[in-house]
Amino acid sequence: MRAWHFTEMPYPNLPPLEDLSTMRVSLANKHFDPKIGADLYNRYLDEYMIADDLGLDLLCNEHHQTATCIDVAAPLTAAILARQTSKGRICILGNPIANRGDPIRIAEEMAMIDCISRGRLDVGFVRGVPYEVFAANSNPTETVERLWEGIDLCVKAWGAVEEPFNFEGRFTHRRAVNLWPRPYQTPHPAIWMTGSSDLENIKKAAARGYVFATFLQPHTKVKWMFDGYRSAYHDMGLPGGGGTAYMPIVFTADTEEEAEKGARELTWYLNAKTEPQYRNPPGYVPVDFNVNALKGTFTGRTDAMRAKTMEFLKEEGVMVYGTPDSVAKQLKRLYDLVGGFDHLLMMQQAGWLDHTRTVKSMSLFAKEVYPQIKDLARTQPLNTKVAAE
Amino acid sequence: MSGRGNVQMITIAGLAIEIERRGAGRPLVLLASEEQLESAAPFVDELAKKFEVIMPSAPGFGTSDRPDWLTNPNDLSYIMLDVIDALGLKDVTLVGFALGGWIALEMAVKNTTSISKLVLVDAYGVKIGGAYDRDIMDVWTSHPSKVAAAKWANPENAKRDFSVMDDAQLTVVARNMESFARFCWSPYMHNPNLRHRLHRVNVPTLFIWGEKDAITPPAYGEAYSKLVPGAKFVKIANAGHYPHLEATDAFMSALNGFIN
Repeated sequence: MRAWHFTEMPYPNLPPLEDLSTMRVSLANKHFDPKIGADLYNRYLDEYMIADDLGLDLLCNEHHQTATCIDVAAPLTAAILARQTSKGRICILGNPIANRGDPIRIAEEMAMIDCISRGRLDVGFVRGVPYEVFAANSNPTETVERLWEGIDLCVKAWGAVEEPFNFEGRFTHRRAVNLWPRPYQTPHPAIWMTGSSDLENIKKAAARGYVFATFLQPHTKVKWMFDGYRSAYHDMGLPGGGGTAYMPIVFTADTEEEAEKGARELTWYLNAKTEPQYRNPPGYVPVDFNVNALKGTFTGRTDAMRAKTMEFLKEEGVMVYGTPDSVAKQLKRLYDLVGGFDHLLMMQQAGWLDHTRTVKSMSLFAKEVYPQIKDLARTQPLNTKVAAE
Repeated sequence: MSGRGNVQMITIAGLAIEIERRGAGRPLVLLASEEQLESAAPFVDELAKKFEVIMPSAPGFGTSDRPDWLTNPNDLSYIMLDVIDALGLKDVTLVGFALGGWIALEMAVKNTTSISKLVLVDAYGVKIGGAYDRDIMDVWTSHPSKVAAAKWANPENAKRDFSVMDDAQLTVVARNMESFARFCWSPYMHNPNLRHRLHRVNVPTLFIWGEKDAITPPAYGEAYSKLVPGAKFVKIANAGHYPHLEATDAFMSALNGFIN
C-alpha cells in the first residue's frame, strides 16, 4: 500500500457561504485576494514538501474558476515538486485532456516533468467533473471520446521513438509529432484514470493496465467498481492490472475529539455550493441517467453526500478519522470491504484546516499509521508494459 | 413527436430519420424547436386543415439517428434537404422554430429548388454583435429559473409534467437536450459563416418573433431579418421564445397572412 498526500488547494477566505449562490464557475474573482493566494500557494507547496520528507507520495490535481481549488495547472505544481522534492512519487490526477484539447502539449509536459523528477512521475488522465466544461467551453456531449482519443495519442507519442508520425483523428490533427524530450521512464510513466459510475470506462482502463482511482464513494460502490476493474483484466487473460486507488478524507489526531473536530473542518469540501445548471450539463451523463434525473431518481454524488452525517460517512469509508490506531483499523476494514487496494489517496487538507494541524495530522499518519498498513498485499503489480500495447 | 399523425422512419444517408405527417394539401415542412413542443400543439392541427404538415426530426432529435460525423446545424441542413428530396416534395412552405429556424436558413442558402416560402420563428443561427456581446442568452450557464423566465412571457408555461411521460417519451426529452448541446455548444448558437451566405436566400421570407423573448431578443431577430433579402419581420405581443405556443392566435394570423 502506498499512501499519498493530497490537497485541492482551496481558497476558503470567502464571504459567508450563505451569501453565495455558488463557489464554482461564476463566483466573481474580486473575492480572490492575490496576497492571500500567494500565501496559500506557498503553504500548500510547503506541505507537499513536508509530506515528501515524511515518506508520503504526492498527488495533485487541477480545477478551474473555483474557490474549491486554485491549482489551475497541475503540471506546474508537479514541475515545482519534481525540482523541490527528492523521494516521493508525484502523480497528477489528472490531466483534463478532454478539456485542454492539446494532447501533444500534455505529453511533452509530462515527459519534461518525468525527466526533471528522474522518473518519479505517474500520469493521470481525467475526463473532468461537470463544472469544468464551462470553464474550458468543451462540448459536454463528447468528453469521453475526447478523453480516449487524447490518451491514445499521448501513449503513441511517448512510444514513437524512431520517427515522427502524423495524426488525423476526430478531435486532434497533428503533423510530424516528435517529442523532445521523451519520458524518463520507458516506454512511459504509469497511467492513472478516474471514474465514478461508468463501468465500461473502468474496464477499458483495466484492459490497458492503467491504475484506476475513485474518490469519496461509499465502500459498496467502491467494491463494485474495483471488482469490475479486477474482473476485466482476468476475463481478458491479461497479465495484470495497473492497480486500484481510493481517496477518502483522512484526519489523524492524538485524541478522538481532536480528530472529529479536524475532520469536520474537512467537510468544507463536501459542502461546496454550486448552482444547479453547473452540476449536470447536457450530455455529460448518458441519456438513461438523465431519464432518471427527469423522474427525480438520480442526483449527483456530492448532493447525496452533503445530506449525510459524519458518522455515516465514516461508516461508509468516505471519511477516515481518529487516533492513529483507530485510523489504521478503519483503513484495514475498508481494505477488506472493497477487496483490497493499492493506493491510499488522502485528502488531508481542505477548507480552513490550517498549516499546523494539517502537518500534525499528516505527521501522525506517516509515523504511526503508515507502518501498520504499508505491507497490506497489493492486489496486482504495476504493469506499464500492458499499457503500451 | 406526438404521434398524432402518421409516423414513419425513412433512411437518409444511412441514417434512420423520424417523420410525422399530418393532413393533406400543399406540403408544409415544419422544423421543430430543440424541445419539439410543436408536434403536440393545437396550431399544427390547424395548419393540417390546409396543408400536409411534414415534421422530420433532425438527427439526434426524436428517434432520429445521430452519428458522430454530424457536428452542427450546417451538417443537419444537408440531411433535411435530403428529406425533402426523398419525399419528392415540391413547392414547400418551410417553417422553422428556434433551432429548426436555424436549420431552415442553413437549407435555404444551399438550395431552394423545392422551397417556395420560408418562415423563421425566434431562430438562432447568426452572430450580430461583437466578440464581447452575448446576442443569445447563455441557456447553459444560467440558472434554470432564469432560463424559464427568459423563454416564456408567462413562466407558468415553462412547466412540463414529466411524471405522466413513459420512458420512451422521457428518452426523447433527454436526447433532445443532449443533441441541442452537441450541435450548438460552440460556436454558441451560431454559424459564423451563415450571415455571409444569407444573401443567397431567394424565396419570400418572414421572421416571426415573440416580443418578450429574452433568449433571442427581438432586436436580434430584427437585425437577423435584415440580412435576408426582402425578408419581413413581425413581432407577436405577450409572447416569449415560443410565440406559436403562447400567443397562438396572433401567431397564426401572422403566419396565414404570409403563407396563404
